[in-house]
Amino acid sequence: MEFIIQNFFNLGIMQQAFPFLLRGFGMTLLLVVLVIPIGCMGGLTVALAGQAKSPVIRWATVVYVDFFRAFPPLVLLIFLFAGLPFAGIDLPNIASVAIAFLLNTSAYYGEVFRAGLESVGKGQTEAARSTGLSSLQTTAYVILPQAVRNVLPDLVSNTLEVAKLTSLASVVALPELLYSADMARSVTFNATPIVMAAGFYLVLLWPMVRLLSRLEHRAMASR
Amino acid sequence: MAGKPLLDVRALYKSFGKLEVLKGVDLAVAEKELVFVIGPSGSGKSTLLRCCNRLEEPSDGAIYVDGEEITAKLADLNAIRRGIGMVFQSFNLYPHMTAEGNVMLALRKVLKQPKAEARERALAALERVGLSDKADSYPNQLSGGQQQRVAIARALALEPKMVLFDEPTSALDPELVGSVLEVMRSLREAGMTMLVVSHEMRFARDAADRVVFMDGGNIVEQGPPEAIFGNPQHPRTRDFVSQIAR
Repeated sequence: MEFIIQNFFNLGIMQQAFPFLLRGFGMTLLLVVLVIPIGCMGGLTVALAGQAKSPVIRWATVVYVDFFRAFPPLVLLIFLFAGLPFAGIDLPNIASVAIAFLLNTSAYYGEVFRAGLESVGKGQTEAARSTGLSSLQTTAYVILPQAVRNVLPDLVSNTLEVAKLTSLASVVALPELLYSADMARSVTFNATPIVMAAGFYLVLLWPMVRLLSRLEHRAMASR
Repeated sequence: MAGKPLLDVRALYKSFGKLEVLKGVDLAVAEKELVFVIGPSGSGKSTLLRCCNRLEEPSDGAIYVDGEEITAKLADLNAIRRGIGMVFQSFNLYPHMTAEGNVMLALRKVLKQPKAEARERALAALERVGLSDKADSYPNQLSGGQQQRVAIARALALEPKMVLFDEPTSALDPELVGSVLEVMRSLREAGMTMLVVSHEMRFARDAADRVVFMDGGNIVEQGPPEAIFGNPQHPRTRDFVSQIAR
């Protein structure tokens, strides 16, 4: 027992590491508010492109989604950060993270939005267009609000995954939560900072998990 | 029929792949006329209606509305549709908006009316269909008949030259049909031009100016309701009329 507290819940180390981890937590929050909108917008673009009239654009969308869903995000990130310099392209770590997340999460968000768009009946488009709304207006005011509502649990679930995935940024030395915690671990030679990081993630993600659970229950009830 | 027709369909063809649904339909509808289109399913009547605001793209032929060719290559579709209301079998109200929101959307976004003006006009349209007290209700809080009346208000608010009705009462429980027909009757009295695909025979008998019978992608017979229902000339019309009269 003494051993476990000493190595995993060491109060002295907690005190020492706390400001350091707090800064890491701040960076994680920054990443979350950076990559989630990027991924959402990218995914929406992908989903809308998937409905294009041109078969070439639709086909390209399928290839894009398939490719990046099959490309492990960690491999993608390391390729962008450590691989591309061999081609003379030096990306700062934050840019590598942003691009990797755009490519990876837009493919997943794209699939969620696609399912949402397809869940809205054709009659909605016809009704809107029959009143003179343009195709873009129809999408923005009639289709999209219903599409998002229909796949809200999936959107939140995906967002939860993306938030957790930000810990990947630690491999390109971006001082987010996991990176900071691991640094603290190696300096203090103690596992407590890792446990603290898990605690921070819990604080960040638990409300989202709760929300998701409620949405899922509501979706089940309305079915 | 006096003067130039408001709707003029000329030699209209429509194919879905190899299936030819309309085979050279000619139809003219005068201003303030109420024309009923009847016929068996698959006869092309709904397709004909949907070509009139180009929800379906005709394969060949031309359609004129108020002298303007809406089938022209460079026709401004959104501007044309603004002038042609459409009411659907399944209402197609926007479920995420109130009745008032449904009616206001095109006023705000197509006619670019300021909010206050659009709301006033939306309320007036809802008043016309007898639902001004339901302005704040969402579609799922309304009965089928009320939903369809909101859909009619949505079409009317744009002050269209004519309204197309695609089986407006087919999805309704029998006891709710009357309220929708009543609204259509009041529109007719107000002089609205209407093209209606429907099998509401009794309504057609006392409200329609003309009944058009379609079969196999062609107009087989047309005339005043009493002639079509009372004394059909063509054997296929006779067959059909005796079937729906049952």
